[in-house]
Amino acid sequence: MERIYLDHAATSPMHPDVFAAMKPYYDNIFGNPSSIHHFGREARRGLDESRESIAKAIDASFDEIVFTSGGTEADNLAIIGYALAHRSEGEHLITTKIEHHGVLHAFEYLEKLGFTVNYLDVDEFGRISTDTLEQALREDTILVSCMFGNNEVGTVQPIKEIGQLLRNHQAVFHTDAVQAFGLETINVNELNVDFLAVSAHKLNGPKGIGFLYAKKGLALAPLLHGGEQERKRRAGTENVAGIVGLQKAVELSIKEMEERKQAYETYRQIILDTFKREEISFLVNGHDHYYLPHILNVSFPGLSVESLLMNLDLEGVAVSSGSACTAGSIDPSHVLTAMFEDKRRSHSAIRFSFGYGLTEEQVKNAAERTVKVVQRLEK
Amino acid sequence: MNNLKDRDKGDIRVVVGMSGGVDSSVAAYLLKEQGYQVIGIFMKNWDDTDDTGMCTATEDYNDVIRVCNQLDIPYYAVNFEKEYWDKVFTYFLDEYKAGRTPNPDVMCNKEIKFKAFLDHAMSLGADYVATGHYARVRHSEKGVQLLRGVDDNKDQTYFLNALSEEQLEHVLFPIGEIEKPRVREIAKEAGLATASKKDSTGICFIGERNFKEFLSQYLPATPGEMQTLEGEVKGRHDGLMYYTLGQRQGLGIGGAGEPWFVVGKDLQKNVLIVGQGYHHPELYSKGLIAENVNWINKNIVEKGTFHCVAKFRHRQEDQGVTVTIINESEVRVDFDEPQRAITPGQSSVFYDGDICLGGGVIKEVIKD
Repeated sequence: MERIYLDHAATSPMHPDVFAAMKPYYDNIFGNPSSIHHFGREARRGLDESRESIAKAIDASFDEIVFTSGGTEADNLAIIGYALAHRSEGEHLITTKIEHHGVLHAFEYLEKLGFTVNYLDVDEFGRISTDTLEQALREDTILVSCMFGNNEVGTVQPIKEIGQLLRNHQAVFHTDAVQAFGLETINVNELNVDFLAVSAHKLNGPKGIGFLYAKKGLALAPLLHGGEQERKRRAGTENVAGIVGLQKAVELSIKEMEERKQAYETYRQIILDTFKREEISFLVNGHDHYYLPHILNVSFPGLSVESLLMNLDLEGVAVSSGSACTAGSIDPSHVLTAMFEDKRRSHSAIRFSFGYGLTEEQVKNAAERTVKVVQRLEK
Repeated sequence: MNNLKDRDKGDIRVVVGMSGGVDSSVAAYLLKEQGYQVIGIFMKNWDDTDDTGMCTATEDYNDVIRVCNQLDIPYYAVNFEKEYWDKVFTYFLDEYKAGRTPNPDVMCNKEIKFKAFLDHAMSLGADYVATGHYARVRHSEKGVQLLRGVDDNKDQTYFLNALSEEQLEHVLFPIGEIEKPRVREIAKEAGLATASKKDSTGICFIGERNFKEFLSQYLPATPGEMQTLEGEVKGRHDGLMYYTLGQRQGLGIGGAGEPWFVVGKDLQKNVLIVGQGYHHPELYSKGLIAENVNWINKNIVEKGTFHCVAKFRHRQEDQGVTVTIINESEVRVDFDEPQRAITPGQSSVFYDGDICLGGGVIKEVIKD
């Protein structure tokens, strides 16, 4: 049985070019970039070149890129780091109900420290409105965080409009772009974002590395204390091989963006057409205009997500229920719960997500296997 | 199911209920060794997350994951918290409210492990489900029979008495054929991650916590008097539900003579009746009435009266009894020898040699 991986939003396979770029850094270029000898300089060159290239890719400057262990750390550093450094300017924060846990739990932590947080509602398609944000803004609001594209349903938020809205407010703007990066054109100046988080392993890069774009002049209280790496914003010897891999992944994802978007549109259509043709009942969750094309979230009302996922896995189709869950957790997704009240819908939602290496043939095959499982479970 | 024997074992899908303990780990290991297509599933039936966010279910599931990876089999977790609450825990509380001593494990096997879980396994295309129970299933011309596990000391058929032939038809008990010490040995030989894990004790959802404290969270306790049969007040009790017939501990009655035991409960007056001596005559009975009787092989019911052996609690020696069928769900049981501390709410389980015939819930005790 050929196993088909349709869970690229969870993590993605490493691109061979990325692996090739990293290899020398696991081999003879092993120096510590802070060292003053030849070995250190070699590593430092790789680090600096990567930083420069990534900065350019999003129209940022060299010093505005902070390498982290991944998306979660980048989100935490922006949110907690900024809030703690700017507490004297206000203790009010705004985010949305559908953020990734790397954002939501950072805000919950700040609430325990005494900050006040507004969690904005979304509509049934998973989108916030800038009006709601405007109403929630207070004089003492110091930070707004809104994800770029949602990891469960793919809905894309009005990032540019939020950026515009905040131009005349003291609050800084953080966006978690972990899912959107590589599928949306990102220019930090045009978007007017102050912080932006990206992770490598969602982009066919290695795990354990990511970056935070942090606009020049915005002070951050570091989460890790130690050496002076990353301009004192993130202590610890740099993961040079990972950073070089991240750079390559960023480069490839931007270069291949249009091609990939088209392919994913085709894959979505193949799946939806197969479901329609076989007349199984399903509902698509998400926005039909503002969405990330690599994520397709579908409910099969009346069926249970546990049964669906297990049966699909046994049939060789790897999908997920949205966010990774703990042992037999029955808590429905916080994203779907924020979008609608229909429990039959939120308890039967699965996420197909596309990425590098997938073929139309595989997607067709996976859609047919899904139909088979759904028809069997409907009986 | 008939042609299963002719099929290659690699095509026979067995879903194993894995608790993270050594017994179910070895059950999965043995099935895998025998060549079946094995899937491990962890059932989460109770949420015991504490203030620090720790939860024994998560730790147990992590053990399931380790063992399944050692065996190279897929694993999943399913949640039956709602089913468990509705079908087992509600029954458990209701029985205590009625002044009886329920056996939630019997109900859990009937409603969860061999119903909700069995149904779920079937939806995954399973041919069988398996668990780490010490019991055996025999497919014979007389139908599917439940047999005691070969380890007398560990036999768990007492808890499986409420299952039907239809349920057992799809069940495998791989460790029913071996003795507990050997199960540990197999786990050690195979290097299973759970080989040295301590066996769980007590009722699953209470674990090793204080039973009184646990129950008081759900049921209001009404303290009252402790009296002798003659009406002499010997002290106070904390609530009738905390006491079981024949219990000696926790009465706090001192003085001369033999130790004191619980010999009865008067629910109307909220009085706990106590008496002196392990063999207090009030604790003895000559028969019982059982309700909700289940016969694993339904043809038994036609026999009006028959002699067999029975157990009234787990790990009791077999007792000779005469069973008289009253109707489809009730029987009268007359003991060959008087029995001590027969407890309403517990099960009376019947055997013919190694075969477990079925059982019922003790409704009344017959004293004379």
